[in-house]
Amino acid sequence: MFDLAAAFSSAIALIAGLDAELFAIVRLSLGVSLAAVAIAAVIGLPLGAFLALARFPGREVVLVALNALMGLPPVVVGLAVYVLLSRAGPLGSFGLLFTPGAMVVAQAVLVTPIIAALGRQAVADLWEEYGEQLRSLGAPRRRVIGTLLWDGRHSLITVLLAGFGRAAAEVGAVMIVGGNIKGLTRTMTTAISLETSKGDLAMALGLGMILLAVVAAVNGAAFAAGAWARRVSG
Amino acid sequence: MTLRLILLLCALLASPAGATDRFIVLASTTSTEQSGLFGHILPMFELDTGIAVRVVAVGTGQALKIGMQGDADALLVHDRVGEDRFIADGHGADRRDVMHNDFVLIGPAADPAKVAGLTDAAEALRRIAAAKAPFASRGDDSGTHRSELRLWKAAGVDPKAAEGGWYRELGSGMGSTLNTAAGLDAYALADRATWASFRNRQSLALLVQGDKAMTNPYGGILVSRARNPEDARLWHDWLTGPRGKAAIAGFRIDGEQVFFP
Amino acid sequence: MTSILPLELRGLGYSAGGRRLLSGVTVPLRAGMRTIVLGPNGAGKSLLLRLCHGLIQPTEGGLRWSGGLDEAALRRRQAMVFQRPVLLRRSALGNIRYVLSLRGVARRLRQGMAEEALDRFGLGELARRPARVLSGGERQRLALARAWAVRPEVLFLDEPTSALDPAATLAVEIAVHDFHANGTKIVMTTHDLGQARRLADEVLFLSRGRLVEHGPAAEFFQAPATAQARAFLAGELMC
Repeated sequence: MFDLAAAFSSAIALIAGLDAELFAIVRLSLGVSLAAVAIAAVIGLPLGAFLALARFPGREVVLVALNALMGLPPVVVGLAVYVLLSRAGPLGSFGLLFTPGAMVVAQAVLVTPIIAALGRQAVADLWEEYGEQLRSLGAPRRRVIGTLLWDGRHSLITVLLAGFGRAAAEVGAVMIVGGNIKGLTRTMTTAISLETSKGDLAMALGLGMILLAVVAAVNGAAFAAGAWARRVSG
Repeated sequence: MTLRLILLLCALLASPAGATDRFIVLASTTSTEQSGLFGHILPMFELDTGIAVRVVAVGTGQALKIGMQGDADALLVHDRVGEDRFIADGHGADRRDVMHNDFVLIGPAADPAKVAGLTDAAEALRRIAAAKAPFASRGDDSGTHRSELRLWKAAGVDPKAAEGGWYRELGSGMGSTLNTAAGLDAYALADRATWASFRNRQSLALLVQGDKAMTNPYGGILVSRARNPEDARLWHDWLTGPRGKAAIAGFRIDGEQVFFP
Repeated sequence: MTSILPLELRGLGYSAGGRRLLSGVTVPLRAGMRTIVLGPNGAGKSLLLRLCHGLIQPTEGGLRWSGGLDEAALRRRQAMVFQRPVLLRRSALGNIRYVLSLRGVARRLRQGMAEEALDRFGLGELARRPARVLSGGERQRLALARAWAVRPEVLFLDEPTSALDPAATLAVEIAVHDFHANGTKIVMTTHDLGQARRLADEVLFLSRGRLVEHGPAAEFFQAPATAQARAFLAGELMC
């Protein structure tokens, strides 16, 4: 039988052994998810800010759709990206399928709606406070978006972390477009899935604990950076 | 335009060190990957030829689809009927027998259907059906699942029509199915390699083996739309040549040989 | 450069949610004079300022600036200081450089202009401080410095001292005086009658969304023409 203590000791043994494969897997997971969040931020934050400020017919429909997209099942995203990146698909010529690049694309698709929707809310809240002042100063739309994104950076960091958490935790999309290739596209989550199907539940849970620790470390780093920035810039 | 830029960026960013090295993509089954066979033989192949093999381990049905799309260079799968159709439809060529092992019937050690020690799979399945003992089926159209359905047919039982809810179609991979069987104290058909490397057995035990109908042949196929057909052929030749055969025969799980070239 | 003043308000009014919050305000706002808008809470003082500044569009009547400039150009000639100024999450200096960049001031000139504005309001020492950690008085001075930096022709101030202590209030009054001395038209609301007496050249007295009295400050304070104004000056509760 299996128990949590065994999982814990697996995790400890993996870390203590400075396992090179584990290190590579952690690095890939972090790299892929951070790159995906970076891309999603570049697209999602301005989009969210635009939606917070703009008034146009059908805006409500767009907002509802965007919020619904936050619930996109990773497997569906994985399949859609697979079809696009397949050599038989429209973007097949890039040769991205079954590479980390494909995983970045899939996770970016998954995370962009989250960052756009949550970012929209954060920017809308800030606009409540800043709106009159910025209009009084005569700031044009483009400057307003930039200003709100910059001044909302503390809450937007939390938005990015939510996106990162989603990316780092998902398995369905990276499994399909990455292929869980050992040494190339095996991430924390696909490794956990593999160990589970091998019946090595202690190892799977041990990896899960390490994943949790890694995500916690990223959040901690962001929190510390935020606290520092708040002290410096108010 | 932006999309292309982003994709290029991803490609750059994600290029692993030495991405210019030669490699092929091999779509294969979960059993070969999870048992550790590839971990044993691929380094030897890479040493011999300098070609890395990127294994995408999925069910046989999905592996064949990946091959159809041209997203793999070679296949190593186990569903003879599906393989022949794949060749006939022009998606692949040069199918070769690579190796075989066998399916085994797993079940709870308490064995409510009294099948332990049988060597007749059909008889064992009939007893399970008669006892309405829980049976966990892959239910995912994999090579193992298709073999299981053939065995039921040979036993003259239609489990899907059977009453009592004892036949559970899981739609899961081999490992997940065994995890579920362990939890349900259910019987299940598994390939020997996955069973041998499976850790979460709980009260499961190997009950029935040795029936000729339970052989499990693996075939290698060259994909027609391969991105890298030359290196795929090198792999194909190596795997079915003396070096490959020796490598497969040399693979052991807990001292037991589970694949036979 | 042609002046945007006087500003002519003609039958200006605003309704929201079926309620008339302001109506029928017809008055010219001329250059040179400090105009103080007085009236009890809810009379529509802040609303009047926002309508004049263009933050809100009137629902009846209208207003006309002189000079025939477009909206963006008009906005560049005005500034507004709010009761609680919104300062950007950057340094005091950065806040002023920001508005200078909005006004199209060349990058190399911004630093010097911003420092000059800060020094003028006694904030030179605090230039590098995050604006959002300044005290209430410092924040309001920074808002005034931000307005100063753009040399507005008209400055609207909406209850600028209502949240400040006496020392900070005095600093704001001195600043208003300085703006005035430099030729900026002042339009300001306050509920501090002493302050109104110290600063006003002319008074607009609002009550229940209507302009009840308009005239030179001395006349208004010595001999208010209406019962509402008399009651207001006597400090009676009005509703």
